[in-house]
Amino acid sequence: MNKKVFLSGLRDGVPVGLGYFVVAFSLGITAKASGLSALAAFVASASNLASAGEYAGFTVIRENGSLIEMALMILVANCRYMLMSAALSQRLSPEMRPFHRFTLSYFVTDELFALNIARPGYVNPTYAYGTLLASAPAWAVGTAVGVLAGSILPNRVVSALSVALFGMFIAIIIPPAKKNKVIAGLVVICFALSAGAEYAPFIKNLSSGTRIIILTVVISAAAAVLFPKKDEEEEARNEV
Amino acid sequence: MRYNIYIYILVMAGVSYLIRMLPMTLIRKKITNRFIKSFLYYVPYVILSVMTFPAIIEVTKSPVSGAVALAAGIILALFGANLIAVSAACCAVVFVTEMIMF
Repeated sequence: MNKKVFLSGLRDGVPVGLGYFVVAFSLGITAKASGLSALAAFVASASNLASAGEYAGFTVIRENGSLIEMALMILVANCRYMLMSAALSQRLSPEMRPFHRFTLSYFVTDELFALNIARPGYVNPTYAYGTLLASAPAWAVGTAVGVLAGSILPNRVVSALSVALFGMFIAIIIPPAKKNKVIAGLVVICFALSAGAEYAPFIKNLSSGTRIIILTVVISAAAAVLFPKKDEEEEARNEV
Repeated sequence: MRYNIYIYILVMAGVSYLIRMLPMTLIRKKITNRFIKSFLYYVPYVILSVMTFPAIIEVTKSPVSGAVALAAGIILALFGANLIAVSAACCAVVFVTEMIMF
């Protein structure tokens, strides 16, 4: 183990860990509303390490959803990690021990993916473990603290913290929407259809988890047909 | 709760792990199907948008504070604020708006 590389991973992971703590706290409030104990919330966060996925999963729990609904929900909510893993697979050294593929895949998250992919060359597992160690415990502990403290804190503080997770979602969707008109249009359409789905006959009777799955698959498929993504080579040619 | 909470968590964790592990271990070539590539490309933005609205105006004490936080978050993100800053600002905006309102 290269100590220096590990330490630099730790250092880069600290700000991520601080942010995780606040967002996880907000997630803990949702977990509590779904009936999770602090321990259950800790286990869920430590084993999932996924903001949107856990939030979606807690929605299914609150609505007494089936296990099939849960599996589908997590599949759709964490679909982006599939993309990130696919991207990371192109950046692993052929000489890396296979063991690392199985451990590295546990912590593909928006932030840790960004930290690790931003480094030049092959992904360095030692650095990656540093970033994980500095951030993941904060995520798990933060969720448990959210469950415990959510009921102690004044109402208005809980109300304020409950939007932390959505703030994070906004920060992920807006920058690409600024650069890409199709994504910008999609965000507006999603907001409108998602609000409309709460009133539409038949659809409004579905659980909100099922509504999210249906809306996501239908809107993404329509976008893929209407606005197929250009190949990277094609894009490079157009930019020249 | 329909099932034991840990059964739910086990399914969540299992699917979350497989989603990340399978592409990392199985994909050795680039995905070429254009529809699948495009679909996978749009899914993250669509699901996060669908989950954000109208939920953000339903979790706060008043829909007004949630709406103001949404607007503030979008504006800050447009100006390039990072993830944590946007998230913290949304919380602050809700707190201040509700202090004025109630």
